[in-house]
Amino acid sequence: MNKNSSFSSALRAAFPHTLPVLAGFGVLGATYGILMSVSGFPFWVTSLISLTVFAGSMQFVAVNLLLGAFAPLEAFLLTLMINARHIFYGISMLDRYKGKGIKKLYLIFGMCDETFSINCTAKVPEDVDEGKFFLATTLLNQSYWVIASTVGGIFGSIISFETRGIEFVMTAMFFVILVDQLREKKARISGIIGLFSGAVCLAVFGADVFILPTMAAILLFLTLLRPLIDKEAKV
Amino acid sequence: MTGTQIFLTVAVIAIGTALTRFLPFIIFRSDRPTSKYMQFLGKHLPPAVFGMLVIYCLKDVLFVFRGTTGLAEGIALLFTLVLHLSAKNMLFSLLGGTACYMLLLQFVF
Repeated sequence: MNKNSSFSSALRAAFPHTLPVLAGFGVLGATYGILMSVSGFPFWVTSLISLTVFAGSMQFVAVNLLLGAFAPLEAFLLTLMINARHIFYGISMLDRYKGKGIKKLYLIFGMCDETFSINCTAKVPEDVDEGKFFLATTLLNQSYWVIASTVGGIFGSIISFETRGIEFVMTAMFFVILVDQLREKKARISGIIGLFSGAVCLAVFGADVFILPTMAAILLFLTLLRPLIDKEAKV
Repeated sequence: MTGTQIFLTVAVIAIGTALTRFLPFIIFRSDRPTSKYMQFLGKHLPPAVFGMLVIYCLKDVLFVFRGTTGLAEGIALLFTLVLHLSAKNMLFSLLGGTACYMLLLQFVF
């Protein structure tokens, strides 16, 4: 790792990893901007939310919150519930983000699903500083989101595109990462725990509230199966 | 809502989101050594998280037994899997899988 490598070399190294996000955020961000625009919000409110919140599914939910009655406590609790999965990202990145200086604050602030996925799994090239690579990924992904949602917010319903279904690129990205993880023996048990817990909790609790029970189930299974998982990891 | 109320709501959502991202780093400060259990979680949570994320993306079509709901997703994921296992190139698998889904959505279902 080279601490003195330039930020532009980190950008060049990170950019290819963010291409699927560019496609997904390009369309999802524009869709969000259009939704905000037809809901009566000026484009700069959309930009402001994409800059300060930067959490895709939460921002879609927030459109309805902003159209309803003023209920800040309800909005706060709903935010915690929808975004609770971020806590697992933080735990996974505790060591990776260690010692990254002032950059770390932005790395944590900008850790959406997609940025976490890249920074958690990408192999940073030897000649690129790890912290700068993480920063480049985070900045690129948030730029895509802010720009796309602002464009959607400005042009509103004027835009029409036959790109229906392109948002599937995000699902495919998480799926392919999962497949790669399952192919490694040491990650297999954990991956199956995540899939199984998610599927069972979704079937039992329904799409609106299944994330919290899923997280609890994952922690429980990981803890119970820890001896087995440690053994697999050592082989 | 008035303008001020809109800004307060946005602020509350921004703070709530940031809190879920910062919480682990606040509780497990980096100036103290990470405990063995947290190291274990840090190392073995990610595969489970990706399993959870895949289910999260499919939450509105999985276990919905109505007409052809979920069929396009299932076929496209299967196609992505075949591409990924044969070509082993992530970007190629994503492109192929997404193209497959878009074609199914726009011309079949």
